[in-house]
Amino acid sequence: MKELKIFAVVSAFALTLYWGVEPYAHSILHPHVAPADFEFKDLEPIKADGDVAQGKNLVTTNCTACHGLKVEGINNPLDNASANMSYGVIPPDLSTAGKLYNETFLANFIKDPANAAKVSHKFQNGRSHPMPGYGWMSDSDIASIVAYLKSIAPAEMTNKEVFVDACGRCHNMKYDKNFATSDVSEYMGSTPPDLSMMIRSRGEHYLKTFINNPQKHLHGTAMPRVGLNEESQEQVITYLEEVGDSKKAEREALAPYVLGFLAFMTLISFLWKKEVWDEVK
Amino acid sequence: MADKSRRAFMGKILAGTAGVGAVASLYAMKKTWDPLPSVMSAGFTTVDLSPLEVGKLSIIKWRGKPIFLLKHGSDIERNEARDIVTQDGSYTVVIGLCTHLGCIPEWKKDETKFKCACHGGEYDIYARETFGPPPRPMDIPPFSVKGSSIVLGEEGPEYKKMLTLAKS
Amino acid sequence: MAKFEKANSVGEWLDQRLNLTMLNKVMMTEYWIPKNINFLWAMGMVLMTTFMILLVSGIFLLMYYKPDVNMAFDSVNFTIMQDVAYGWLFRHIHGVGASLIFLIIYIHMFTGIYYGSYKRGREMIWLSGMLLFVLFSAEAFSGYMLPWGQMSYWAAYVITNIFGGIPFIGDELVVWIRGNFYVADATLTRFFMLHVLLVPLAILGGIAVHFYSLRIPHVNNQDGEELDYEEEANRYLAGNKKRSKVIPFWPVFMAKDIFVLSAFLFFFFYLVFYNYQFAMDPVNFDPANGLKTPAHIYPEWYFLWSYEVLRGFFFDIGGMKATDIGLAAFGFAQIIFVLLPWLDRSPTVAPANRRPYFKYWFWSMLVVLIILSVYGKLPPTGTNAWIGFYASVVFILMFLALPFITTKEAKATEKANAEKGAK
Repeated sequence: MKELKIFAVVSAFALTLYWGVEPYAHSILHPHVAPADFEFKDLEPIKADGDVAQGKNLVTTNCTACHGLKVEGINNPLDNASANMSYGVIPPDLSTAGKLYNETFLANFIKDPANAAKVSHKFQNGRSHPMPGYGWMSDSDIASIVAYLKSIAPAEMTNKEVFVDACGRCHNMKYDKNFATSDVSEYMGSTPPDLSMMIRSRGEHYLKTFINNPQKHLHGTAMPRVGLNEESQEQVITYLEEVGDSKKAEREALAPYVLGFLAFMTLISFLWKKEVWDEVK
Repeated sequence: MADKSRRAFMGKILAGTAGVGAVASLYAMKKTWDPLPSVMSAGFTTVDLSPLEVGKLSIIKWRGKPIFLLKHGSDIERNEARDIVTQDGSYTVVIGLCTHLGCIPEWKKDETKFKCACHGGEYDIYARETFGPPPRPMDIPPFSVKGSSIVLGEEGPEYKKMLTLAKS
Repeated sequence: MAKFEKANSVGEWLDQRLNLTMLNKVMMTEYWIPKNINFLWAMGMVLMTTFMILLVSGIFLLMYYKPDVNMAFDSVNFTIMQDVAYGWLFRHIHGVGASLIFLIIYIHMFTGIYYGSYKRGREMIWLSGMLLFVLFSAEAFSGYMLPWGQMSYWAAYVITNIFGGIPFIGDELVVWIRGNFYVADATLTRFFMLHVLLVPLAILGGIAVHFYSLRIPHVNNQDGEELDYEEEANRYLAGNKKRSKVIPFWPVFMAKDIFVLSAFLFFFFYLVFYNYQFAMDPVNFDPANGLKTPAHIYPEWYFLWSYEVLRGFFFDIGGMKATDIGLAAFGFAQIIFVLLPWLDRSPTVAPANRRPYFKYWFWSMLVVLIILSVYGKLPPTGTNAWIGFYASVVFILMFLALPFITTKEAKATEKANAEKGAK
């Protein structure tokens, strides 16, 4: 009984210290932010209906000067190095845009890229976003472009494909032997970090709100809001976990065996202790 | 006394349990010492033999060792036990280390033989020992044939056949 | 030279040459420990075991770790954590073990303070123990640098910077310690040497001294009672085990130790598999970047109380600069625990709860240390800074007051004993 009381006192102090230094301190160091908004409520949804054929026309006329459209047999007009030099960043191929990105976001991005991506603060004093805005197009035209992009988009993409497409132009993934296709350090003003260990340095919880809106956690950052829809963002985070915490499954599988063994060992050692101490007490 | 024997029994169970734990720990430690998966997967090298010139020795690296690649001309007799055959012809493919003490022999094209400078050992075009201290032919690495290429490190059916031929 | 005759068994052969029977008696079956103890007495063995676990897990990490600023981070986070079979397990064990060993060190230390096990002949046990605390702190600090993450780099930078505060030689000393003007490859490799060779050897030596120093004064007991070990040992050996006040180290003391150890290992591995973030801070999974300080830098939890005393003084007082006051306070905090046997002026060896004044000192000290630790983690702004300041001041004052408190207590106890004797 007395020993149980001593154990309770020791545990109480230890747990208080743990609480203060871990959960409590972390809630202060990383204050709560609003949850991720996959409806992009700060942007105006497009109310018009789109026409796929009209969309195809518009894209071929307006976009393929800079963007590739592999699924229609159109490659990126410039090679990576030249594109990097001309624009600061490589214009992505549009074949997968309809799968990866949210509709409202896409529509608004086409109209005003810097605003939708929340990087207007980086394009001041005469410096403009390499992609011109198409705010002069009618709503139905914008809707048609989005409808067309969705129609050509693949049904399925692997986690890695989503990552390489949405993030791989700027971010390295050293541990999966993936390197950024462009060097955006000048365009961004700083070098985007390698993401190999990002799942462990930030955690799933943080990344969920961060990727959805980087400005929430890092106000003033050069990283654009990429506009991923919820499914694609989850795929990116899963991929980050596959690369940065690849042993998670093995760890969780081994745990019950080790803990089970130690629980058994505790029981057996208690029984032996009792036998030995019964002789002296 | 019953107490003493129960105590001894519990003691033995405890020792046994601890032993199981110790063995499991030793197993994990043994596995940590194993060559890394990235090392083991790197132990396979694909070599395209089609660009080789007849009679001209090529040397590549496999698992840190030099590999001799030598294309046979049509005048060279086929040797089932020693030749590696792809769709483009027959080749001598061996680990380029003298089986005497491990020096790298030199290919003497004019004499159609390999000569080892260290102790004078000599090998024929099939890399079989013909003169001097080498106790056996130069070793053929595990391989499998894939069209014009071979994959070193993989034990293909042709390799396994050569092993049985070498034994007989 | 002893006369050697033919032995009848392997055991007898070894015994003739190594006197194993005597060794077994002295170290195990006739090494007497008081019976009046609780599970806190097992902490020494728990520490020994945890240290061995750190040593072994360290050995396997050492096979794959690369002590070079360009390769260190990847050797840990790719090779060991994701390529080596069970590499992740050894790294988690090593990280959690390093953190947990300090929890046990603190429990062990405060058990000693509570029961007064630092006085009346046990001063060397206390001093060798405090030396071990310093050595383990050095081991933890040097080890934390090795993964070369953001926290590794900046903790190293800030702590080596502290030495710049030493008058006259400060700036040169900092460069000498680092092996460069800033924390660089030279710093990493020398702290690697310290962590892997020099400090572990010193720890092993410290443990030997600590264990030896226990023997003559004997291990304390829950009531601080002075035992006649010869009488009690003879009573035990005569067969009167239940009436004897002592037990042999083997098998009786060890039986309890092994049970406590197994329960501890269950807790340990629960943390290794499921709750390791407190020991492997996420910030350290960012590769070291000398041009970018993280938003929040803090040391590992076991250094927080010390860290808070260092930064608790954030304004100049009476001509002395804040940084200098902080440095002095920090130095004081490191040494003051060592002086405990001489600060406690009461000769009574008794559990704190039975000492009329010391008990308040003891429990308050625990509370102050927890406050210092928590505020050492929080950003030192606004109210936090003031709480940190007052907690640091209270900490220092409590130690300065201890000689007076305990002198008064000694007098009061003497008086009470005299009155009891007269009755």
